[in-house]
Amino acid sequence: MSTETAMGQPEFYVRQSAHDDEGEHHHETGTMLGFWIYLMSDCLIFGTLFATYAVLGRNFAAGPSPADLFELDMILLSTFMLLFSSITYGFSVLRMDKGDLKGTQIWLVVTGLFGLAFLGLEIHEFSHLWHIGATPMASAFLSSFYTLVGTHGLHVTVGCIWLVVLLVQLRIRGLTPENKRRMMCLSMFWHFLDLIWIGVFSFVYLAGVLV
Amino acid sequence: MSASSNTSSGNSQDHGSAHGGHGSFRSYMIGFGLSVVLTIIPFWLTMTDVLDSRLLAVAIVFILGAGQMIVHIYFFLHMNSRAEEGWLAMSLSFTVLLVVIVLSGSIWVMFHLDENMMPSHDQIERVKSLP
Repeated sequence: MSTETAMGQPEFYVRQSAHDDEGEHHHETGTMLGFWIYLMSDCLIFGTLFATYAVLGRNFAAGPSPADLFELDMILLSTFMLLFSSITYGFSVLRMDKGDLKGTQIWLVVTGLFGLAFLGLEIHEFSHLWHIGATPMASAFLSSFYTLVGTHGLHVTVGCIWLVVLLVQLRIRGLTPENKRRMMCLSMFWHFLDLIWIGVFSFVYLAGVLV
Repeated sequence: MSASSNTSSGNSQDHGSAHGGHGSFRSYMIGFGLSVVLTIIPFWLTMTDVLDSRLLAVAIVFILGAGQMIVHIYFFLHMNSRAEEGWLAMSLSFTVLLVVIVLSGSIWVMFHLDENMMPSHDQIERVKSLP
């Protein structure tokens, strides 16, 4: 009876029905909420790294400044790589909803390729900076820059590894409820990384060059 | 027994909304289109230096960045105030609050620390000329 009265109005607790036949959907709901809270904790990590960069970002120690270092056309290109990977992951989820395993896999592979392109551009940028002497040891600005952008790059790397694992799982098991749940978790993770990248290119690259 | 039938009907509702929550082709394309526009404008502003006031340009870059974040949250992460019975919105707003406190607090405190720790040349001269 209590569930009936609670149905119409907002509930401030997570309902549990483990013994129910359709408990699986609730399990799925719990996973989504839990994964979202993980993403929020990740958001706090990036928040502190952004704060570190905000504090240290102008301390050049007589070294190079953002305007000397950053090539904005390359940053624009990698921004679009990440944006394309976001939309192709969306297409993959839409194929999954239709029950089309082949289409899901193809769009996932495309997403992975865009992710790898982004990583390749970032590695290229970092190695270029390293060669001209802009290492993390050069100034506080570069230390915080490498920490912030590197942490994001590390997340994208982990996302790519997860994507490969998911492709293997899809190949073996097909579109089972478990795999659909994993698809939705990686979807949230992937779109979240694109969201963080918006902060990185606005705050670090564009504002860094402008100020 | 009646309670279990109630929960199972609730489940099917949840299930339906969860499927609606994956978005549609249309919503993904709207989100993508908005993101492209909101990416190109700040890059164009920065790379061509069209605005005389750099401060205004930075403000526009930040506002458009925040706008694109909202677009991503709504169209790609499918967040709204009803998703997961409001828990997503609640945890997101709490996180945003914490990030704002950490960011603004750090910048504020460290700005004043810098001001007081590193006297400029004329400040030193002023102190020297004191009786």
